[in-house]
Amino acid sequence: MRGLLSHLEVGVPATVEEAVTCLGDGRTWLPMAGATDVGVWLNAGRDLAGPVLSLHRLRPELRYVSVENDRLRVGALATFRDLARSEGLRARVPMLAEAARTIGAAAIQNRATVGGNIANASPAGDSLPVWLALGATVELRSAAGVRRVPFDTLFVEYRRIDRRPDELLTAVQAPLPPGRARQYFRKVGTRRAQAISKVVLAGLLETDRGRVRSVRIALGSVAPVPVRARRTEALLTGAKLDAALVREAANTLRAEIRPIDDVRSTAAYRLSVAGNLLAEFLAPA
Amino acid sequence: MNLSLRVNGREYAVDVPPMKRLLDVLREDLRLTGTKEGCGEGECGACSVLLDGELVNSCLVPAVQADGAEISTVEGLSEKGALSPLQRSFLKHNAAQCGVCSPGMLVAARWFLDGEGRLPGESAREALAGNICRCTGYAAILDAVSEQEKPARRARRPAKPKPMPKKPARRSTRRAVAARQARKPATARRSVNATSRKSRRSR
Repeated sequence: MRGLLSHLEVGVPATVEEAVTCLGDGRTWLPMAGATDVGVWLNAGRDLAGPVLSLHRLRPELRYVSVENDRLRVGALATFRDLARSEGLRARVPMLAEAARTIGAAAIQNRATVGGNIANASPAGDSLPVWLALGATVELRSAAGVRRVPFDTLFVEYRRIDRRPDELLTAVQAPLPPGRARQYFRKVGTRRAQAISKVVLAGLLETDRGRVRSVRIALGSVAPVPVRARRTEALLTGAKLDAALVREAANTLRAEIRPIDDVRSTAAYRLSVAGNLLAEFLAPA
Repeated sequence: MNLSLRVNGREYAVDVPPMKRLLDVLREDLRLTGTKEGCGEGECGACSVLLDGELVNSCLVPAVQADGAEISTVEGLSEKGALSPLQRSFLKHNAAQCGVCSPGMLVAARWFLDGEGRLPGESAREALAGNICRCTGYAAILDAVSEQEKPARRARRPAKPKPMPKKPARRSTRRAVAARQARKPATARRSVNATSRKSRRSR
């Protein structure tokens, strides 16, 4: 944030309505919430295509975590500390509360927002597999109204979500998992805090008399976007959950995902770890 | 933009670009140079300050988002010119070597000890995980913080009738620490640290 920043234009809307009016004016605004990603880009000297829309004054409208009536609803400006602190969330969606607690460290969790993590769409974004596993939907507001996009179709390509320039991501919602469902979240990185993941796996499993009734498996850092392991899910659904099935599922998962070698890890390591995480998630109780 | 903020209880108004980093506002415009820049990307915690009571990396806070805010920096930790008990504990435990991480460590430790933003079961180790010490003095730093943690915890519990054995107050000068370490059989790791520190100082 050095030489360039003095020329940056910043808009500071006071309401969501003002924000979507700005976004609809035809310019390429960059919405900025906690600035934990935008700040890093600017510090690294990256130029921005247009003005910045700082959303901090929208907190009264968009900073909340609500767990009620079988629905989880989280405002885009809720921070990861807000998630980790929410008693209702820890009780009903522990995998999301745990994921929130592993993101960055305290100072990042105090600033980084749910909406920012989604809109930035990093393949390593730790909250994203959890939302996928929960079957969540985002809400995008524009002058034209509200559009709801399920996570399954949200990630269009590397670091891009299905959001028009005139839309503001305002909330995420998901059905609360039934109390008997098994929830799983695990992030594997170089160290627990501050590390960007080598592999993340989130899972939601419901069984009925030893058989898999429904299962959702989502992974981060193994593809250009966060992904569901649909072939593995199909193999598991309806089958008897035993050690042989767990082995077969791990093999199916390793055949289904195509991770790459990069600065953080290797494809071989990621494949191996992804299968192990799945086995840990499915291990017969 | 005209930025007004309250830092360590004092009001300031400065004219700065809206995306200027809070870190640079503090250091350049307010001349509060206690807050350090380490990595400039939110990884190391050297620039930690409190923004409206929450621990943040000031290198990632644009000025526009600090307008009207209450900021606490390392300069605000001392009390009437005297070091706070936490700062004295850092001295006592030799919890600084090069010192670049210390302002951030102290602010993060203060935030943790105050307990407002703490998560259930959160330890000092977890709360300080975003503060990196390049000299690897973590054991001494965590000792210094956890010593300050105990009195607060004791105060929260209902008072116990059991009398505490009285110990003479320990002096916290460097000489007293060295004398104590000489008396105690130090662990291998500790004594290695102590030697390397001494040899660096003498160079």
